[in-house]
Amino acid sequence: MSQTFPHNPLTRFITSDETSWCLEQYQAHGGYQGFRKSLDMSQDQLLDTLKESNLRGRGGAGFPTGLKWSFVPRGNNAPSPRYLIVNADEMEPGVFKDRMLLEKTPHQIIEGLLVGAQTLGASIGYIFLRGDYYLAEERLTQALNECRAANLLGQNILGSELNFDIHLHTSAGRYICGEETALINSMEGKRATPRAKPPFPQVAGLWGKPTIVNNVETFCNLPHIINFGPQWFKELGLEEDAGTKIFGVSGRVNNPGLWELPMGTPIREIIEQHAGGMCDGYSLKGFLPGGGSTDFLVTEHLDVPMDYDAIGKQGSRMGTGTIIILDDKYCPVSMVLNLIKFFAQESCGWCTPCRDGLPWAQVLLEKIESGEGELEDITQLEELCRFAAPGNTFCALAPGAVEPLQSALNYFKKDFESHITQACCPFHVQQDLKLDLGHSHSMNKDGGESHEQV
Amino acid sequence: MENLHQQAIPIALVEADSTRLSAEEQHGIDALISHSPQLAGITIDALKLIQAERGWVSDASLHALSLYTNIPVADLDSVATFYNLIFRQPVGTVVLHPCDGISCDLMGAEHIRQCLSQQLNINTGETTPDNHFTLIPLPCLGACDKAPVMIANKQLFENMTEKEIPELIKALGEVSK
Ligand SMILES: Cc1cc2nc3c(=O)[nH]c(=O)nc-3n(C[C@H](O)[C@H](O)[C@H](O)COP(=O)(O)O)c2cc1C
Ligand code: SF4
Ligand code: FES
Repeated sequence: MSQTFPHNPLTRFITSDETSWCLEQYQAHGGYQGFRKSLDMSQDQLLDTLKESNLRGRGGAGFPTGLKWSFVPRGNNAPSPRYLIVNADEMEPGVFKDRMLLEKTPHQIIEGLLVGAQTLGASIGYIFLRGDYYLAEERLTQALNECRAANLLGQNILGSELNFDIHLHTSAGRYICGEETALINSMEGKRATPRAKPPFPQVAGLWGKPTIVNNVETFCNLPHIINFGPQWFKELGLEEDAGTKIFGVSGRVNNPGLWELPMGTPIREIIEQHAGGMCDGYSLKGFLPGGGSTDFLVTEHLDVPMDYDAIGKQGSRMGTGTIIILDDKYCPVSMVLNLIKFFAQESCGWCTPCRDGLPWAQVLLEKIESGEGELEDITQLEELCRFAAPGNTFCALAPGAVEPLQSALNYFKKDFESHITQACCPFHVQQDLKLDLGHSHSMNKDGGESHEQV
Repeated sequence: MENLHQQAIPIALVEADSTRLSAEEQHGIDALISHSPQLAGITIDALKLIQAERGWVSDASLHALSLYTNIPVADLDSVATFYNLIFRQPVGTVVLHPCDGISCDLMGAEHIRQCLSQQLNINTGETTPDNHFTLIPLPCLGACDKAPVMIANKQLFENMTEKEIPELIKALGEVSK
């Protein structure tokens, strides 16, 4: 594609001289052009552009953003103020893409909010930031101050009729805060338990007012869609889905990291080319395609494109697009146990399959991992997965929590059984050896050959 | 300041409370109240503010905050106990948060946590006798490509190795003096 139509809209601002988070640098690379353009467009035009772009939410569920936004009441009689919230809570295990965007391109997020404000007539934006993202907090604070000084925030922004300001809220830490209605409760100073829907936040959200909650990466896409048009955005994707995506890989690969690549990039390309393939002495056993709450896939799925529906057809979810690699030397029971422990701990306690079911699954997995399991524990685990299925719980935490477990029971059942028949963890022997040699964390790969790495 | 909730506070709490909010704390809380559409909206920020001043949130602190804001102690405590980063027990000057998320564990984080434990001679959740360090693992810190990682003193430590731990503890120990 020509220079004026970038193939990596989200990361092209990121330069090696470490200034990408400054207003001057961002503007020098075409920052705030999309927002300036939006000032000459009507709300209907903006919303139509957004719908036409086929942008789907990047926070995990992949809900069409334009459709979500169209539920917000607009016009002179609509309730006000209307709120926009950036979901920057990012606490899912194995997910690390938003931190990069927050630290390296805070202005891109602010510009996304400004485009949103112009589209929906919102007057206040919030960034709900994970509490321990300290560098992001520092850079966002600086970026917001720069914008206030440059009349990119405040009254009559850039001489237009738009009045908009953004507040930064740092969380006190709980994974459930990332669920959008729990997030709203948390912003109201409450325990972060999810709310019943309807009413949906678009109609009655923060303080009962119309509220849009979207992921960091979703907001980052907005200025570019306005600037370069929905057609360009759709053509970025290789398959069904539009745009690019920040994909990531963690685990025992040669070059763990993040890359902005077209939607629909084959999983094999991401793992073997960009992440540099498996480390010496390790082979790929399985992977979670999009963070800790997605179902395992295995080597036979390597040629599937990273597209929401394509991954869905294989029985998993693209989630956040950050792949976690299970290698052949790491115990699958142990991996699932780590994840279930996390979800059990982070359950808000509202509904039984989650509050009681997840800790019970943890007990059973601990039993199996320590060599004291019985075959019927596997049956019980399968049952617990069914109890926590979508529709049985108040929010998506519990269904997500059991995704790695139910798929591990499917693909790696032999490993569960061998723990039971051998009355020990067959992987432990290997691991102890590894630790003795001091090789437990030998890789420290900086930078990559791949130019897109960010 | 007269307060409706004063009578509702258990005796034990009242006795433990010899403190009031400092002038700075009051100032900070006032600023929060002026920004929030409803009073309760300040709860989390107010608790974080108190913790930044006092290191943790004691019963006395909750009481002081309640007296000043009229938010019932029970409401404050229900929020305080919900969130991971609000400490309802004293912690050391430096809280070490090694990551126990899955990507770090895949890369040997368990061993790093054990080394930290050994070096400091405390278990997770405990504080060293000199009050310098508390060890509280946190889930995925969002740096999975740099696993294993740890946050301490607002700093992120990446690609941690066993070898560097003694030096690291020494450097962080200086901070806490
Ligand atoms: C337990 C739980 C945690 C979540 N955490 C996050 C998160 O950290 N960041 C995020 O963007 N979405 C998270 N979500 C999804 C949000 O509820 C919501 O769907 C999303 O923010 C919508 O934005 P999007 O359409 O742009 O993806 C979480 C959902 C659940 C059920
Ligand atoms: S599924 Fe879990 S986290 Fe979600 S509402 Fe129920 S108990 Fe809370
Ligand atoms: S699992 Fe440790 S940073 Fe993500």
